[in-house]
Amino acid sequence: MMSHWIIAPVVLPSLVAALMVITMRGDLLLQRVAGVASVLALNGIALALLWAATVHGPEAYFLGDWPAPFGIVLVLDRLSALMVALLAALALAVVLYAIGSGWDAKGAHFHPLLQFLLMGIGGAFLTGDAFNLFVFFEVLLIASYGLMVHAGGGTRTRAGIQYVAFNLVGSSLFLFALALIYGVTGTLNMADLAEKLPTLPEGDAALIRVAAVMLIMVFAIKGALVPLQFWLPGTYANAPGVVAAMFAVMTKVGAYATLRFGTLVFPPSLAATGDLLQSLILPAGLVTLVVGAVGVLGATTLPRLVAFGAIASMGTAFIAIGAFTPETTAAALYYIIHSTLATAAMFLVADLVTRRRPHARLEGTAPPIAQTGLIASLYLAAAVAMAGMPPLSGFIGKLLILDAFRDQTALVWSTILGSSFLMILGYARAGSRVFWKVSALDAQPNEPRPEPLAFTATIGLLVALAVLTILAGPITGWLTETAATLYAPDGYITATQLGQER
Amino acid sequence: MEALVASAIGLLTAVGIYMILRLRTFPVILGLTFLSYGVNVFLFASGRLTLNAAPIIGRGDTYADPLPQALVLTAIVISFGMTAVLMIMAIGGHLEAGHDKVNMAEDDDTQTDAQTEAQTEAQTGDKP
Repeated sequence: MMSHWIIAPVVLPSLVAALMVITMRGDLLLQRVAGVASVLALNGIALALLWAATVHGPEAYFLGDWPAPFGIVLVLDRLSALMVALLAALALAVVLYAIGSGWDAKGAHFHPLLQFLLMGIGGAFLTGDAFNLFVFFEVLLIASYGLMVHAGGGTRTRAGIQYVAFNLVGSSLFLFALALIYGVTGTLNMADLAEKLPTLPEGDAALIRVAAVMLIMVFAIKGALVPLQFWLPGTYANAPGVVAAMFAVMTKVGAYATLRFGTLVFPPSLAATGDLLQSLILPAGLVTLVVGAVGVLGATTLPRLVAFGAIASMGTAFIAIGAFTPETTAAALYYIIHSTLATAAMFLVADLVTRRRPHARLEGTAPPIAQTGLIASLYLAAAVAMAGMPPLSGFIGKLLILDAFRDQTALVWSTILGSSFLMILGYARAGSRVFWKVSALDAQPNEPRPEPLAFTATIGLLVALAVLTILAGPITGWLTETAATLYAPDGYITATQLGQER
Repeated sequence: MEALVASAIGLLTAVGIYMILRLRTFPVILGLTFLSYGVNVFLFASGRLTLNAAPIIGRGDTYADPLPQALVLTAIVISFGMTAVLMIMAIGGHLEAGHDKVNMAEDDDTQTDAQTEAQTEAQTGDKP
């Protein structure tokens, strides 16, 4: 039996977005209500899908009822269901914050663009077809271009141009890789590729290796892996704070795609690629982590500091992904959940601070911000999570990764522990400058802004981190099973019913 | 024919890469366009080059693979739309910044939105 709910995370936001543009144009209140309702429904659907994937195992959705590999399939498995649930949870916090802080009123079409972004990211998580993945990448990118320059301003627009240009190059690279794969194998269905690649003639192995590296480069651009991370600090620091929080899940699309292709299409057991992906991603992840940590220490503004924190967390995630073993993958998944929520919370806190300060620089003094006690506590909690200190889930995530790398203590342990120390210093330095180095002399009228919804959203994300910490036992148990299914993809492949009449 | 198509793809890609490394937005956009032309021809060639063959199996000795044609069509539409978006943003950036340099100044992101708004108001002079 085919469950139509699998397509719902794609159809629902796209319909709501279209309705908003056509019938609610200019009516912000109606758009807000529709946006919240859509995200709440998405949360419900995502939880149902998560339950279905856990109980029933992988299930395919045949678009237009065409049999695979001729038609496009969406495949719901535990990993994709987890990522959709993470997306929905983050979207709820972001949409509430956007309403509470008034960001959505500063330019047109915030809510429709956010819905289109949800559609693109949800589709990218669910699709079982490599070309369809490209299409959903473009959908999420074009929505993100709009969100990135939301509220306008010359600097933001010019940072947006860099972001768009960088990603267009990435899209071209993606197409080159897909054309190579199609030219060699004659299919772009991911399950079909997993079946066909091991039987490939020896002579085509070099072409597949080139295609694999180009694909990983595309995902590295999305996931901000060194040396392709240059777009991230400028983009995230110049995007509206609430948009940057939403973008925290966009880097995870790169991590998800790397994980999916590295386990299903190019698994370590494939003769043509072997440990090629491991030998590229693991060192790149280590360098990314160091670059991010140094950036956190040297950042000149708070949003830029959080952007480098996001790079560092992607580095940590890619270290764990790059080893491609079930244990490291389970640790990577836990860290991905944690870092999405923590990075988003940190961006929201940074936005709470910057909107209350006369300038965004960390150097120099500024009058004390309104509600400084509450915001400083939120900053402390988010910084603890980002740096990976106990008691929040960042500590458990890093502990899991360290535990999975027992055999590579010298390199991996020293990098992760050393960079964590740098990040603790960086966050402490920024926090003390923002909250303690204040001057009452050039004090301007700084009236408190209540913004209950914005604070609720930020606190909600931090509460989610606390829940992730408290339920770490059951969650890692579930993630270990998920990682095991990734390395035994028979269920995924049989779910797509390759070559069977429908 | 293979040599011609292959060198055309190579040339388009080389021109595209050279142009996207320029420091002004207009050459960058042209470069991205060239790159997308190159990738479209490459995508087209991934279904093998066939002459005078219908995309139908069983009508002759050879057939043309129809799938890359569908893929190219999708890619053309997407790259066209993306180029249009980038063009609009480049014009917007040029108008707001007064120049079309790609790289950012050192202290470009140290302003808050409130400052930007205040400056815009001061420039346009719409004070009460």
